[in-house]
Amino acid sequence: MNLSDSREINADVATVWAALLDPEVLKACVPGCQEMAGSPEEGFEATVVQKVGPVKATFKGAVQMTDVVAPTSMTISGEGKGGAAGFAKGGADVRLEAQGDMTVLHYDVEAKVGGKLAQLGSRIIDGFAKKMADQFFNNFQDAVGAPTADEEDAVAGGNDDTKKKGWFKRLVS
Amino acid sequence: MPKDGGIGAPTRRREDVRFLTGTGQYCDDMNMFGQTAAVFARSTVANGVIKSIDTTAAAAMPGVLAIFTGEDFVDVGGNPAGWLINSRDGEPMKEPKRPVLAHGKVRHVGDAYAAVIAETVEQAKDAVEAIEVDIEELPAIVNMKDALSSTNYVHDEIGTNQCFDWGWIEDNRAATDAAIKGAHHVTTLELVNNRLVPNAMEPRCSMAQYNRANDEYTLHTTSQNPHLTRLLISAFVLGIPENKLTVIAPDVGGGFGSKIYHYGEEALVLAAAKKLGRPVKWTADRTEAFLTDAHGRDHVTKIELALDEEGNFLAFRTETLANVGAYLSNFATATPTFLHGTLMAGNYTVPNVYVNVKAVFTNTAPVDAYRGAGRPEATFSLERVIDKAAREIGMDPIALRRKNFIKPDQYPFASAAGLEYDSGNYDALMDQMEKVADVAGFEARRKESEKKGKLRGFGVNAYIEACGIAPSNLVGVLGSRVGLYDAATVRVNATGNLSVMVGAHSHGQGHETAFPQVVAEMLGIDPQSIDIVHGDTSKIPFGMGTYGSRSLAVCGSAVVRATEKIINKAKKIAAHMLEASDGDIELKDGVFSVAGTDKSVTFGEVALKAYIPHEFPLEDIEPGLEETAFYDPANFTYPSGAYCCEVEVDPDTGKVTVESMTAVDDFGNVINPMIVTGQVHGGLGQGIGQALLENTTYDENGQLLSASYMDYVMPRADDVPFYGVDHSKGTACTHNPLGVKGCGEAGAIGSPPTVVNAVIDALQSGGKNVTHIDMPMTPHRVWSAMQNV
Repeated sequence: MNLSDSREINADVATVWAALLDPEVLKACVPGCQEMAGSPEEGFEATVVQKVGPVKATFKGAVQMTDVVAPTSMTISGEGKGGAAGFAKGGADVRLEAQGDMTVLHYDVEAKVGGKLAQLGSRIIDGFAKKMADQFFNNFQDAVGAPTADEEDAVAGGNDDTKKKGWFKRLVS
Repeated sequence: MPKDGGIGAPTRRREDVRFLTGTGQYCDDMNMFGQTAAVFARSTVANGVIKSIDTTAAAAMPGVLAIFTGEDFVDVGGNPAGWLINSRDGEPMKEPKRPVLAHGKVRHVGDAYAAVIAETVEQAKDAVEAIEVDIEELPAIVNMKDALSSTNYVHDEIGTNQCFDWGWIEDNRAATDAAIKGAHHVTTLELVNNRLVPNAMEPRCSMAQYNRANDEYTLHTTSQNPHLTRLLISAFVLGIPENKLTVIAPDVGGGFGSKIYHYGEEALVLAAAKKLGRPVKWTADRTEAFLTDAHGRDHVTKIELALDEEGNFLAFRTETLANVGAYLSNFATATPTFLHGTLMAGNYTVPNVYVNVKAVFTNTAPVDAYRGAGRPEATFSLERVIDKAAREIGMDPIALRRKNFIKPDQYPFASAAGLEYDSGNYDALMDQMEKVADVAGFEARRKESEKKGKLRGFGVNAYIEACGIAPSNLVGVLGSRVGLYDAATVRVNATGNLSVMVGAHSHGQGHETAFPQVVAEMLGIDPQSIDIVHGDTSKIPFGMGTYGSRSLAVCGSAVVRATEKIINKAKKIAAHMLEASDGDIELKDGVFSVAGTDKSVTFGEVALKAYIPHEFPLEDIEPGLEETAFYDPANFTYPSGAYCCEVEVDPDTGKVTVESMTAVDDFGNVINPMIVTGQVHGGLGQGIGQALLENTTYDENGQLLSASYMDYVMPRADDVPFYGVDHSKGTACTHNPLGVKGCGEAGAIGSPPTVVNAVIDALQSGGKNVTHIDMPMTPHRVWSAMQNV
């Protein structure tokens, strides 16, 4: 399965890069992530609970980062084993591109699933992968970026001005 | 009495009462005191090295009684191939060991590497999840062409992915090549016979008991042939003496071939039952059925047909790659060879036939016989290339077939593919088909369809199959490692009713109704007084089970022979009772009488005398009335047929609907026409499913993507039309006592090519020069084909 897309993130390249390498950010952003530990150099260990169609499972996996060219590109590869539910493994080529104050994150994912997950059929798996990616980037945007213009309008009437900056950005700025 | 229920009567199936009222007894319905549950740990990768299996945590889980891995079975035998095929160079086929549980390597998704026995299924499932296995995934071998050139092997020890390279008939090769080279016209077609998942309604189930008191095992299992299963377990796998192992196949919910074979789960539950001293039951879930039941078909074929100026067939030449999957299932090597290559002359007088089949190991589930087994593949190749040739030379497809048909006065006919057909009349079948299907009215129906914006097509084909499997002497020469006779015991009880023990197994074929019709006809008694006993090795004589449309032709013949012995002995008893010579005794309507007199005794009186032998001539006649016969056929039987169908194609979406399907078959004599019609209906449904819907899909990593009914499309009632079924034009088989040929597989053989031929005809009528579409002809494939021309 292949998934290629790009997302605009309302933060500068350095911020986005640092966030991508921070296990706490990743834990907050990966949907269903229960645990995330490790470092970019050593790789991360993660535990993710997810429900795919009728299959609910705990995936334990390892994630490696290679070909790291700070702060513009890297390859993230990993494998998650879900016991009887099967497995998922794959890699993502990630590239950051500055666009004014914003960052465009390009990703190219190649993933494969096995066991029960594969037997669910591609209609469920492809839709699931797309949903996971969307959720991840929405979370990532929340954590890292300043709100986009639309979001700013949405919260303008409120008094929750903490929304104006992502929590990660507040921590590092 | 038998006139209501003897040979030829459309008696309703007596077994349906229990099936339709929920009182059938299937394996999984049976529960035993102290029963435990087995669940298998199965590979999630298609190809991988088992680095380690740690069962410590799993063994400590609640309710877990034992865990088995491949290591526990290294000292027992493998599940063998039942048929030796030699390659063209004389080398025997490659036969890698098929262990009870995977050891060292896993070779397909679903390959079992461990099994947990626990108090309950739920506990066993939980423990399976707790097994820590480290499997290093290797690249999967999925595509057959790639497999042949790869140095990545499914079985490292054989150093190739080719099981065999078979030529049939090798001596005909040069003549076939020459005929094609010099022909006026040659039609070539490359096609795929799509892989199918059998999908029996009842998934596989096996339950084993071990009795310490007498060291005896009992295995209840979903089998089409309990004696063969016992033989394989005893002689090859576990070494349990046959006299210490009873195999019982009770009601079985469909097999279609997939339950012919012995599977590792059967051996596992037997071994576990002995170790634990408790019954062990395993029932497959539907996913396991998809992953591990032997699949069917999966041929990739190139076929050439050479013709002269008049349209006479000069030669058929075929090259086929046949997938055997990761391990050799019991008849995997016979299916693409002797059940396929020998039929490649079809119904035709063609003088030259050459078939080359390369069987290929891949990291997919084993592939073996599935309803039709090799013969649907042969018919599909032949009837598709003939149809294409008819279009190329501008001849009517029915006329081209008729021109090349074997004629009724040519029997026995030695086909160019090595068989001797005993009887048939293909023109008569075609005549009847044209009548039943109102072929003359097709053009008018096509215009009606066109008014609705639909493209209507007509497709026809003729088929022949070799059934009544099989003459042991012949198949022995061809490489079979078993005999293929069958057996029956007719036991007349003292009170005059009968128990008939048969080697054939009924799992949808209606034996419990049809076999009594034969015996009732012969004895002139009420068929309701006759019961069929089958499926239990402790009760029935050694027969070879049910597959290859063999039950009536082979086992039914054994029933006839045993009943003849009963009649002979009963006549002697009657002669004694009537103080006459047994040569003067006549049997009519259940009454023995002395010819030309009014002296008579009834069948019931003779039966009672046999068991209460007072004033009995013990020096001439033994007491009792029970006889056994084994029957080994002299030849295959050769059912044949003419099929046609009409389809509508929606040119906007590519959706195909089958508007009519007509099956005119020569099954020889028919015992119960209602059951025969039902058998044809089932086969037609499966054939239409193959043609339009069923698509077994492995991805490039060997993951089975179509492993549920979400993605694997089975035919439903609204996918099939009302059928026109006719078997009035039978020609009797010349070499078995009933003159029967077998009807179980015909529908699945005859229907797929008619559907494809009809779709091509529809598209051509719409001005689309599409010459072939591979099955299943999904809307996407049909629509795409229409766009590309």
